[in-house]
Amino acid sequence: MTERRGTGEPEPGTEAFEAQLREEIRRELRMHTPDPNRPDLVELQDVWLSFGDYQVLRGISLGVGRGGTLCILGGSGVGKSTILRLMLRLLLPDRGEVLIEGRDISAVSRTEALELRERMGMVFQGSALFDSLSVFDNVAFPMFEHTSLGEEEILERVREVLSFVDLEPSDVLTLLPSELSGGMRKRVAIARAIVHEPPILLFDEPTSGLDPITTRTIDELILKLRRELNVCVVVVTHDVRSASRIATETALLRDGEIIFNGTPEEMHASNDRYVRDFRG
Amino acid sequence: MAVGRRYVDTRKTPRNVPEASASRSAARLTRDAASRVALSAQAYFVLTLRLLKACVTRPFYGTDLVQQMDTIGVGSLFIVTLTGLFTGMVLALQAAFEMARFGAEVYIGRIVGSSTIRELGPVLTALIVTGRAGAGMAAAIGAMRVTEQVDALRTMGVDPVRKLVAPRFIAALVMLPVLTVIADVVAVFGGLLIAVLKLDLTARLYLSSVYDNLAQSGFVLNVIPADLLQGLLKPLAFGGLMAITSCFHGLRTVGGTEGVGRATTNAVVTTSILILAADYFITQILIVAFPQ
Repeated sequence: MTERRGTGEPEPGTEAFEAQLREEIRRELRMHTPDPNRPDLVELQDVWLSFGDYQVLRGISLGVGRGGTLCILGGSGVGKSTILRLMLRLLLPDRGEVLIEGRDISAVSRTEALELRERMGMVFQGSALFDSLSVFDNVAFPMFEHTSLGEEEILERVREVLSFVDLEPSDVLTLLPSELSGGMRKRVAIARAIVHEPPILLFDEPTSGLDPITTRTIDELILKLRRELNVCVVVVTHDVRSASRIATETALLRDGEIIFNGTPEEMHASNDRYVRDFRG
Repeated sequence: MAVGRRYVDTRKTPRNVPEASASRSAARLTRDAASRVALSAQAYFVLTLRLLKACVTRPFYGTDLVQQMDTIGVGSLFIVTLTGLFTGMVLALQAAFEMARFGAEVYIGRIVGSSTIRELGPVLTALIVTGRAGAGMAAAIGAMRVTEQVDALRTMGVDPVRKLVAPRFIAALVMLPVLTVIADVVAVFGGLLIAVLKLDLTARLYLSSVYDNLAQSGFVLNVIPADLLQGLLKPLAFGGLMAITSCFHGLRTVGGTEGVGRATTNAVVTTSILILAADYFITQILIVAFPQ
């Protein structure tokens, strides 16, 4: 009764389906575990940051290399998104280094910072699509800005990435962001982030506000990005289940400090009281 | 003794008297406000420098520029025309009322022409365009700021000053003088309507009076009336002020949709004050530069 008729596969929503999905994800993770000797593409070294009298980050050190996914976990307002903003140099640290491909983005000139940002793709919590532009113009935006390709070639590339994120190009190309669902907006934002093939992808709460099925779809998409594009992914989230699916490494932030850093398996095995409370 | 006592008193009172504490906190508030104003002025200055650099270095955003020229220029045409028409009409009416006492209605064209071309045309056009296009600039950029679209631009290696501010700045510099000339012409026409329909003056008499006034101020390069040149220099400055101030407030928006509303209000109020203040100083400079 719990099998799909004629296919021998379990029905979605059943325990058997969940177990099979978990096993598939574990298998993928084992296949694509990053080489620990590979240099980190993104690295924070003893980073301190305060807003006025409020100390947000206290000596944060983190790193992740190509083919790895670092999930930064923590409650609301602990400074998770701030770390992403430091990586993009939307903020400057009071102390410490933020290394992108070995260069301290907080110490380079504004022009060099713009060049380093081209090496990253960012998916914002609210998608941050340009609301006056169509899906095509949104996704093509980095291509128009940074390449000399013609419109036909750009259209071809946009179609390719929209298909990659499981959207039908002909259905969505001319739509405005306001005409898309939350999950579709998120996929378009991912397509825009990967269209110029950056080696580093940053996600700010990619599954926040999405239903469980869409959440799983986005998680699978992040896994697919790592598997097929072999990029370095940094995800900020408070969703432990989602982090367990996609992360090769997790970091738990509390009061501006990292109180746990390890693999998802190590996090689930941890006896630390806060880690236990956080994972629920 | 008296000096010593005064000395002791002033040292002790702040600790014990509530008024002293209130005055201390008032001093701190004043210092904080002054510090905020100084920081804002610094940020405004830095934005202006970055904007000027963006206007003369690549990349340029031609499509955005044309779009902004359409929004500021074509979009404001109707409201500017109406403003010019009624300003000219009301000026003619007021002037007729005063000048009838001296039997000098024939000089109405002079009054309408000089006050419109030198002052009211540039200032009213700038204020009207600020209320319409300046508010729009602050609201659009502010909304982009609070929905992280400005950050998205930065993360894609695009400078928001170059992409968002520079096209608006150049468009305002070009379109405000054009709109001002249109407002001037329509205002003179409004005055003509009143002169002909209500005061029984001939159109020829009214227009020659307007021309006499322009000619009286002299010609620059023997072609351009000095009054008209003054009337074109002002909107150039007002356009620049409007674009920079509106975009400045838009880029500093915080606090969601309420913040967008606040930024828009601040943009319109600050720009209006700057325009009126700049009008005084520009007039003062032009009086020295073009003596009658």
